Amino acid sequence: MGVARYTKDEKGRIVQVDYPSGINVKAVYSPEDLERVGFSYEKDLAEPGVYPFTRGIHPEGYRSRVWTTRQYSGFGTAAETNERFKLLISHGQTGLNVAFDLPTQMGYDSDDPMAEGEVGRVGMAIDSLRDFEIAFEGIDLARIGAGLTINAVASIMLAMYQATAEKYGFSADVISATPQNDILKEMIGRGAWIFPVEPAVKLIGDTIEHSIKAMPKTNPVSISGYHIRESGATVAQEIAYAILIANAYIDNVLKRGYDIDQFVGRFSFNLDIFGNIWETVAKFRAGRKLWARNLKERYGVKKSSNMFMRGMFGGGGGGLTKAQPENNIMRGAYYAMAAALSGAQTTGLCSYDEAYTIPTPHAAILSLRTLQLLMDEMGLRDTVDPLAGSYFIETITKEMEQRIEEEIARIEKVGGIIQAVTTGYAQRAVAQQAYAFEKGIQSGELLKVGVNIYAEEEEMEVELHEYNAESAEKQIENLRALKRERNNREVTKTLTALEEAARSGTNVMPYLVDCCKAYATVGEMARVFRDVFGEFQEPSVV
Amino acid sequence: MEKRIRVLVGKPGLDGHDRGAKVVAQALKDAGMEVVYTGLHKTVDQIVRTAIQEDVDVIGLSIMSGAHISLTAKLLQKAREQGIGNKMVVVGGVIPSRDIPKLKEIGVAGVFPGGASFDDIVAFLKENVPHS
Repeated sequence: MGVARYTKDEKGRIVQVDYPSGINVKAVYSPEDLERVGFSYEKDLAEPGVYPFTRGIHPEGYRSRVWTTRQYSGFGTAAETNERFKLLISHGQTGLNVAFDLPTQMGYDSDDPMAEGEVGRVGMAIDSLRDFEIAFEGIDLARIGAGLTINAVASIMLAMYQATAEKYGFSADVISATPQNDILKEMIGRGAWIFPVEPAVKLIGDTIEHSIKAMPKTNPVSISGYHIRESGATVAQEIAYAILIANAYIDNVLKRGYDIDQFVGRFSFNLDIFGNIWETVAKFRAGRKLWARNLKERYGVKKSSNMFMRGMFGGGGGGLTKAQPENNIMRGAYYAMAAALSGAQTTGLCSYDEAYTIPTPHAAILSLRTLQLLMDEMGLRDTVDPLAGSYFIETITKEMEQRIEEEIARIEKVGGIIQAVTTGYAQRAVAQQAYAFEKGIQSGELLKVGVNIYAEEEEMEVELHEYNAESAEKQIENLRALKRERNNREVTKTLTALEEAARSGTNVMPYLVDCCKAYATVGEMARVFRDVFGEFQEPSVV
Repeated sequence: MEKRIRVLVGKPGLDGHDRGAKVVAQALKDAGMEVVYTGLHKTVDQIVRTAIQEDVDVIGLSIMSGAHISLTAKLLQKAREQGIGNKMVVVGGVIPSRDIPKLKEIGVAGVFPGGASFDDIVAFLKENVPHS
């Protein structure tokens, strides 16, 4: 993504800098700028770990604890994924970030005609508990947390994770899963939706409620401004939509009679790190502040730690290019530095070959090393929020705050985020940005190294992760064997109970856990939901 | 008056990454073409049916998941079965260079991997789409 629009005079000097979020950057900043934007140390900054958390959520930042690294991994069969997990853990990775293949994400079994050619391609194929048992075999689930990149069927996968853990002797209250579980962003950005807006949001409410009751260490939603940004949104839209989406989930749970302090502290965010380094830093600092203020002022949250904007600040795929792929290694390092300067608590990097395919082990380890270098070799642990007090950074942090609030107001004006997603307003806003950006790149107005500046004719070949059609066949074979071997009466019984729960509007989570333990398949459980809830009708955007 | 080129932009398969499809659809519209976008998660059968109903001149597929060869082959097969085997098919998305010859071999007229310029896509269609 282009980092800014630069206007130059006839001598090539930059005379104007405009960030995509609308912030206009001056050549020099001074105390007068702080005065102009109404900056106050107590109100806008305060100490790290103190409301409004602009400077970070921990008083000592990385001094007390380095960031958690979570490289996205998982492909092919559960056994191959288990091997990759163990490889990353042995190299010092401290959390897992699980990728699922598209049929699993869309609630189809590997033998479904819709799954053809996709089984195990972009992540691991999960048909039943048997696959999860293999994927997490030999991993200390009380110590290693798992991010599960799953949304439409996140309820099913969270139940599956609980069933697996219990099978291996870890009780539900000691395990820590972070399912992505953000369906509204799927509808705006990533496209892996199944059910209509209302039941889809209700399912998310179910997972949050279940976490309150049974899985207190689980982070039931990871609100993903990330994919909204990757779809073309500005950083201000990314944060604005993420906050509004989080509020939609909060409202669903509050309706059930819970106190906000019982659950909102487990919300986490998944936010992007590519683009202009200063705009990125301002985004995270303003985002932390606005999230805390939203919780305190709008919802009356009392406990300070419940107002933390925690989460994964990483990825950066939108900034990587297919051209000159090795440049992506350097880009990733700079993006990671922006994340560290922003006080990211958990991180992970898109690997340099991801513009082509899912990462090879070599590329995934390089990304991990990039993150480790920052913490152990470059001095990013020395002090908290090192950019604080910079006239420039504090000014644009205030300006960013204002831009985000303007985006929030725009969505509220059209009836709120649920309405904006249902009608396609949000999708159109993002698609327009994507188009404007693409035109900027093609006209050369926005610069991208290796693409429209310093481009080379010769294309470089990268080593690619190979799709293994045989392992897909094996997956289907195993699924057929499972269907023969399991207790099918128990499967029918648990699926019927699930259907009744779904129809009556009670929380489906305990029923899903029963289904998983009976080895019902993901496709069978999703079928129940498809029958009861129907499917999302995509609004016309183009 | 010259007839406007009608393009179907299709998203076959389960992948939901539609930024590219939407951006290209908009660019083709701005270039004066009529564009029909299928929306996400379409089967090959649905795309071929829409191509027939909408009487388009070109079918453009956007595929990011890596399944471009199998999905495209299926679509071409289906198009032949339904009597529109002569329709031009182009493919865009995450397409490694080494797969471009394979796609052309099975009958794809043009391949536009991520980063392809709007001008190139528009010029290709204007030059190669048979229209009166």
